[in-house]
Amino acid sequence: MQNTFAYFLDQLINGLALGSIYGLIAIGYTMVYGIIGMINFAHGEIFMIGAFVSIITFLLLGIAGITWIPLALLIVLIVAMLLTSIYGWALERVAYRPLRGSPRLAALITAIGMSIFLQNYVQLLQSARNKPMQPVISGGVEVLREGSYVVSLSFMQMIIIVLTFVLMIIFSSMIARTALGRSQRACEQDRNMAALIGINVDRTISLTFVMGAALASVAGMMFLMYYGVIDFFIGFLAGIKAFTAAVLGGIGSLPGAMLGGLLIGLIEAFWSGYFTVEYKDVAAFSILVLVLIFRPSGLLGRPDIEKV
Amino acid sequence: MAVAEAQHTLARPLDVPAVAKELGATGLVIFALAFGLVGFETLDVPGGIGINTRFGDVVGAVAVGVLGRLALILLREHRPKPVLFAGAPLALVVLVLLLSITLFGPETGEALKAFLPFKSPVVMWGILVVAVILVIRAGYAVTHMSSGLSPDEREAKMDRLSARVQRAAKLLGPLLLGFALVFPFLPFADRQLLDIGILVLTYIMLGWGLNIVVGLAGLLDLGYVAFYAVGAYSFALLATYQGMSFWVCLPFAGLMAATAGVLLGFPVLRLRGDYLAIVTLGFGEMIRVILLNWYSFTKGPDGISGIPRPSFFGIAEFTRSVDEGTTFADLFGLTYSPTQRIIFLFYLILALAMVVNVFTMRIRKLPVSRAWEALREDETACRALGINPRNTKLTAFGIGAMFAGFAGSFFATRQGFISPESFTFIESAVILAIVVLGGFGSQIGVVVAAILLIGLPEFFRELQQYRMLAFGMAMVLIMLWRPAGLLAHREPTIRLFGAKGKAGAGS
Repeated sequence: MQNTFAYFLDQLINGLALGSIYGLIAIGYTMVYGIIGMINFAHGEIFMIGAFVSIITFLLLGIAGITWIPLALLIVLIVAMLLTSIYGWALERVAYRPLRGSPRLAALITAIGMSIFLQNYVQLLQSARNKPMQPVISGGVEVLREGSYVVSLSFMQMIIIVLTFVLMIIFSSMIARTALGRSQRACEQDRNMAALIGINVDRTISLTFVMGAALASVAGMMFLMYYGVIDFFIGFLAGIKAFTAAVLGGIGSLPGAMLGGLLIGLIEAFWSGYFTVEYKDVAAFSILVLVLIFRPSGLLGRPDIEKV
Repeated sequence: MAVAEAQHTLARPLDVPAVAKELGATGLVIFALAFGLVGFETLDVPGGIGINTRFGDVVGAVAVGVLGRLALILLREHRPKPVLFAGAPLALVVLVLLLSITLFGPETGEALKAFLPFKSPVVMWGILVVAVILVIRAGYAVTHMSSGLSPDEREAKMDRLSARVQRAAKLLGPLLLGFALVFPFLPFADRQLLDIGILVLTYIMLGWGLNIVVGLAGLLDLGYVAFYAVGAYSFALLATYQGMSFWVCLPFAGLMAATAGVLLGFPVLRLRGDYLAIVTLGFGEMIRVILLNWYSFTKGPDGISGIPRPSFFGIAEFTRSVDEGTTFADLFGLTYSPTQRIIFLFYLILALAMVVNVFTMRIRKLPVSRAWEALREDETACRALGINPRNTKLTAFGIGAMFAGFAGSFFATRQGFISPESFTFIESAVILAIVVLGGFGSQIGVVVAAILLIGLPEFFRELQQYRMLAFGMAMVLIMLWRPAGLLAHREPTIRLFGAKGKAGAGS
């Protein structure tokens, strides 16, 4: 079974869907790191909050009787992006902005504190149990049949991959073409100079967090629909893996984050498919260590030269 | 007076529309934050989940947030009087309500809760504490004719306080040690208190061990619990498979943990601070995943049970009767009591912790520790001076790991049972929080923080579920308030022209 092409294709599809989710989270890490040079450790919790806002919205829509799936998806998408991005904004405003200019480790410890806080905040408010949800979208198309083994691409996987692709294009063009994107790139190069030429640095950084949180909330929503169950702890592992993805792709680089996410997703899927499911997390962490040792600037990143 | 004049000029007329806008924005943001997660509660119902609304709590959160913001604005605009005169009675009313809820039975309590914005008393107590702090600030501003301290003044004040605490530690340290030595024989020290004491001492030891890595060498290690786990499993596996005793295994467990530390540190220690933090975190998780899945060796999630208890240095056992050898009670002509073992464990962990403490105090006088501190301050300069950063960091990492290994094998022998559950990331975060709260590098700070963070929640069991929430919040607030740590005060380790100088002359 494991030697057939069909099996390989199955893992490839699974890996791409999973990788898209990691990629969307990784973009948040990479943008924040690019602009203020800190690891936003609480970003995984933002993803988790996005998933929780989504499940609540789905339940409310079910009560309200909105059953036409495209409309329901659109509403959930908008509500989740909106409410979660406010969490991203508040996180930066309350916990990170006052520490700008402090030592790096102070900001990282604050981020860890925020991560613990948000995890327990959700746990206290929504209880520690698993939250299962009925699948919203079922069915798929058959891609390949080999004997009795059928490889199918589910509609959910299609939505994940297409939506990620579309969001990537929208956000890349935002950064490449709009005034906000220009300010972001300017702040990334030199915050003081950017302030001197009239860019509102605080606002730009806030919006960066908002953008990252919005993408993470989409990832949270897709995670919820793909796996059908969430709990308050999902942000921790997903966050670490997305961070690994960002480092693998070259932290600070947007296409790098996406590429890294896809690679991590594929590695995880193939590892589970061909070796052991239990050690898939170990595989992801080992890659992080290996990348940091042999190519600290990542696949698409620029080498970081430290000046005295 | 000049101060009063300054006060007069500072108190500009209040820009009402701007204040209203600010308050409105605050209310809106809090509403948006609370609406989704506070306003709706997902419930477990048969066959899926249902939903419940809690709009009262949303309204409460917005009200509390807007009021708090108003108080902060008034303080900022040099108008402390309304905050003092409105805040103090309000806080008093809430205090009386809360006290009567706890004092009178549940029925009266339920009726009184209707007057509070939140049903949870713990949340209300938290809000009350914040309100009291604001009122005290307002009171200070009214009596001192100023609007509190500038950040620099505050920093200087806290630094003086920390310096005083550290100087007092010379006296306080032996006092605390003396107290710990007589503690098991005090009349009120029952079994439960002794257990809490052992737990607190374990964390003090871990805190001191991590302090070498984080405080002295400045390496943020988020996977410290991995070495704790290595120590615990080394001892547990050796004891259950080979039947080796605690005293033989203890050095070996430390050695294994130190080896793990060096093996991990060798490739990753050249990374910059925040990358190192994430890699150590990943390593901690890796160890846990391996312990969880290597069933044939570690018994996975079932854990290892039946770990032997320590003997009295291999001379006597702490049991009622033994097949061979003597019991502790017989050896000293005492009547048998199970508390004897607990007391022995207490002294054991006290001794282990003191070893770490004395070691740290002594090594700070050696060149290697000076190199750690220099590396923490400026790595590039150290390279230029010919210090090998990697090897120097590796010693700190290895030594820290070794102490975690000792603590781990103590943990295993005390519990008699270990499983990967005990070695999660949260455990690392708790140890780190102890070091951070205590002020990096401060030995007495670790003791204070461990008592506060570990000892107190043990007494207030109902606070248990809020413990981690408060942990996270405390880490954030302390970093915002004093990024160097709560009781941080750095005396230069060495001075030019001898130590006389102006040591500790304030500022």
